[in-house]
Amino acid sequence: MCHQTVCLVARHLEANGIPTLVLGAARDILAAGRPPRAAFVDYPLGHTAGKPFDRADQRAVIAGALAGFARLREPGGLIELPNQWGDDAWRAEASSTEARDTRQPRDETPQWQQPADREAARAAGLDV
Amino acid sequence: MPVNYMDAIRQRYEQLGYTPYRWYVAEDAPPWQALDKPLDAARVGLLSTSGAYALGQRAYHYKDDTSIRAIPTATAREDVRFSHITENYLVDARQDPDTIFPLGTLRELAADGTIGALADDVLSCMGGVYSQRRVREETAPAALAAFRQQDIDCALLVAM
Repeated sequence: MCHQTVCLVARHLEANGIPTLVLGAARDILAAGRPPRAAFVDYPLGHTAGKPFDRADQRAVIAGALAGFARLREPGGLIELPNQWGDDAWRAEASSTEARDTRQPRDETPQWQQPADREAARAAGLDV
Repeated sequence: MPVNYMDAIRQRYEQLGYTPYRWYVAEDAPPWQALDKPLDAARVGLLSTSGAYALGQRAYHYKDDTSIRAIPTATAREDVRFSHITENYLVDARQDPDTIFPLGTLRELAADGTIGALADDVLSCMGGVYSQRRVREETAPAALAAFRQQDIDCALLVAM
C-alpha cells in the first residue's frame, strides 16, 4: 500500500516541477504505479533503506538509488539494485496466499510507539 | 524472483471474504522533470512512508491517516519513532530506524559530498492509506507544499 501511495505522490510532485525517485521493495506495485523514476531493492518489506545495523549496505542502497537521477533518462525507468539480502527464507512468508490479515485495527487515535511519546508531545505543546 | 505482492494479497483477502482491493494501475505515462544539476550540487529532500515521527511529535493513527510530519534533519536515531497500520514490518526499524527511514544515511551522504545538501527537515507519512482519492487530494498536495518550503532540487521517496 505504501508503494502505491508513493507512486501517486511522486507523480504529483514531478508534475509540479520536482524531480523524484521512488525507492521500493515491491517490484510489482512499482510497475503498476509507474513513478517517473524508480529503484528496486529485493529486500523484505520494512527494510527498503538497507539491512539493519549494516551502514555499508544502507549507504550502497541509498547512493545506488540516488544515482538514478543521472542514470534514468526516460519517464518510467527503473534501476534494479544489486544488493542481496542473502537468506531467502522471508520469501515464502511474503508470498503466502493463506487467508490472513496482519494489519492493525483501523483506529483513529494516535498510536504511540511508547506511552512516554505522548507525554513528550504534550510537553512540546500538542493537544494529545 | 521478486515477490508478487499484489497477487498474494488479492488471494489472501479473497479467502477472508473481503471485497477485492482495486490497486492503482497507471494508465498514462509518468510526468517528467529533469534534474538540472549533478547530485553532488543538489539539495535533496526525503519522504518516507514508514510512519516515522520524532519524539515530541504526534503519532499516526491507523485509519487512512493522510497527514505528514516534518522531522528535523538533526534528529538523533534514538528519537525516531514509528506508528503504522502494518506494524509487523517495523520490528527491525525500531532497533535501527535507518533500515527503513534513511535519515542517518542521508546525513552521511551529505557530509561526504555525495549529495550537495540535505533539506533542513525530512518528511514522513503513514503510507497505508487505502483511499487513493485521499492520497491525491491530501497527502500529495501536503508533500508538495512542504517540499516547496524546503527549496529542494530533487526528492527521494522511500516506500515501506
